[in-house]
Amino acid sequence: MAVHGLFAVYKPGGVGWPRVRDAVETRLLAGLNSLKQRPPRQHVRFLPGVVEGEAGKELTLVPTYLPVLADHLLVKGPRFTRLKVGAGHRLDVKSSGVFVLGVGQGCRMLTDMYNAHFTKDYTVRGLFGKATDDFSDTGKLIEKTTFDHINREMLEKILAVIQGSNHKALGRYANIDLKTQEAYELAVKGLLRPMQKSPPLITAIRCLEFAPPEFQLEIRCLHETQQYLRKIVHEIGLELKSAAVCTQVRRTRDGFFTLDKALLRTHWDLENIQKAIQDSRLTVKTELEKSLGYLERTAYDELIEMDQVEESDASR
Amino acid sequence: MPASFSTGQPARWHVHPTLLTHKAPCRGPPLPSPPGPAPGCSVPPGASSTSHSLSPRPPSPAVPHSPHAPPTSRIQRRRAWLFSGSACLQSSLPPASMQPPPPHTTHPIIWSWCLPDWDSVLPLSALEEISEEEAVQIVAEPLLPFESFTLRDYVDRSETLTKLVHLGVDLSKVEKLRNAGQLLLRLDFENDIKKILLFLKDVGVEDNQLGPFLTKNPYIFTEDLEALETRVAYLKSKKFGKEAIARMVSRAPFLLMFSVERLDNRLGFFQKELGLSVQKTRDLVSRLPRLLTGSLEPVKENLAVCRIELGFRPNEIQHIALKIPKILTANKKKLTETFDYVHNVMGIPHHILTNFPQVFNSSLLKIKERHMFLTFLGRAQYDPRQPSYISVDKLVSVPSEVFCTEIARASVQDFMKFLKTL
Repeated sequence: MAVHGLFAVYKPGGVGWPRVRDAVETRLLAGLNSLKQRPPRQHVRFLPGVVEGEAGKELTLVPTYLPVLADHLLVKGPRFTRLKVGAGHRLDVKSSGVFVLGVGQGCRMLTDMYNAHFTKDYTVRGLFGKATDDFSDTGKLIEKTTFDHINREMLEKILAVIQGSNHKALGRYANIDLKTQEAYELAVKGLLRPMQKSPPLITAIRCLEFAPPEFQLEIRCLHETQQYLRKIVHEIGLELKSAAVCTQVRRTRDGFFTLDKALLRTHWDLENIQKAIQDSRLTVKTELEKSLGYLERTAYDELIEMDQVEESDASR
Repeated sequence: MPASFSTGQPARWHVHPTLLTHKAPCRGPPLPSPPGPAPGCSVPPGASSTSHSLSPRPPSPAVPHSPHAPPTSRIQRRRAWLFSGSACLQSSLPPASMQPPPPHTTHPIIWSWCLPDWDSVLPLSALEEISEEEAVQIVAEPLLPFESFTLRDYVDRSETLTKLVHLGVDLSKVEKLRNAGQLLLRLDFENDIKKILLFLKDVGVEDNQLGPFLTKNPYIFTEDLEALETRVAYLKSKKFGKEAIARMVSRAPFLLMFSVERLDNRLGFFQKELGLSVQKTRDLVSRLPRLLTGSLEPVKENLAVCRIELGFRPNEIQHIALKIPKILTANKKKLTETFDYVHNVMGIPHHILTNFPQVFNSSLLKIKERHMFLTFLGRAQYDPRQPSYISVDKLVSVPSEVFCTEIARASVQDFMKFLKTL
């Protein structure tokens, strides 16, 4: 039995994404290797034995049924030594949040998810009054400023400007003529977005909390990197004639994987991951079909076919 | 001919009793033959040249050598020579006379008439009649591969390997060690392995510990028994108790591979560096015996880090090392990062850390998560003089359910929700 599909994991901050991927793979392997294995084969060996013959004890060959030691666990090793675990949209070391992983055949669906160009939601916390070289609070301090003059309306004005300019860029990169009915319908549903490579675009940005010097923003974006979001925070500080650094970048949604579906570190074991894969199967199918319906066949169709073949094998 | 098919049904790992007493199905029938040192047993080529190719031990001549037996007829001699190295007939090995005699011969004298005289040898006919006993003793199993990257090919036919598997040795791990597979194949259970195993049992290693011990250190079979006994005697002379020695040997399998001087140097190093008394050094080493087998450089660096970077006084370092010896071999970076967070962010002073060094043993992420949850709840109080004080070792060592219910006084779901906001 093997595990195939997509699931999301909550990546803690301070840890690189390869370590998270390796930890998940190790725990899955431990779970799979602890399952019941098939018993070793038996084979017939002719061994010298003593048998009562006509003239007392005779040396003869006795056929005996022995287990094949080459099939013993201590000789052949564990059943699974490696698993294909792929990573979706990556998160850098300082950030945390929803991190999509694919196992086995699910790795193909990662490509589909990438090609579907889903938006991602982030909560970004910032701090007014400081500016550092890498835009985060752990970097080298460059300048310190005052921030008493900042209030919520000024911040919201800046955010509206950012949203507006990004909205225009969104329309431009979407590759659809904005004056058509099709474009209008997509925009109404919220599905108007570029379906090919583009620079980072912010589709929506709003302020959740404002308690100077701290503030919290919610950003919905496409094709971004976490460092870009930190740069946005820095630029907001500059626009407000002060300075800002970013203290936390946390992804709350990646496509259709939300925060409640993400597994915490204590739940990174075989049963929980299988359950997560099973729960999100239907959503994965519908969402991928919606976005990539124009393609003839996706990896999800292949997975469904594989399941059907397995079921028919099992029932036979 | 042979008796009825006896289905001695093995339920689990039943081993046919003959496997335990007789030699493994080797190529030689126990025929009374002239005392030649089985010149038919040729050493397979390509033996032990690369670390990944395992070649089986040359089949031991299970011939009961009797130097005073009268010389038998030429046909019987020829048959004995053929059967003693039956595999060699089918192989493309050079004839026996060009090979050096195998190392385990008991009879070095070679009679000239034992060497094959190719001109006068008569060809053997397949229709020649032989007695029942001889027929029974012909072993015609398929050939073992001459080279292999795994011990799986040999385990069924090698008595040594079968017995090691029954002891619990993990051959899949042993074959990855350098030259270990080759070593185990060439050893003989009765002669070489048994005495070392009995010695280990005498030292006090338990039966269920022998398997893991040999998996980590199969090279113990290359050590001389007297040397091993000298080292155990040295440890006893340093007043290590019998149970302590048994525990140390099981937990650090390479301990007895170190010579007496090396062990002495290492014990002296720990005594000097930490400034401990003899009794305390003994206690420290018997609790973490891998201090004696590991490299000393990381220990020196860790001690320097504790003294210079972390700012602990020598008596504090002594106390920490005695309480949690693992800190001496811990990762430097992890140690400094943990200390940085615990001292600067959580605000715990040196004297509390000296009393509870378990903090350095646990993962930084766990400490961070729990501390931030307590800060969020307003319960992060680590000063023993203030009310509702939380002891640092309890913070770190308890499992998460106990932490949530007793220390943080919150539900586990709240803790999970909080973790997702970090």
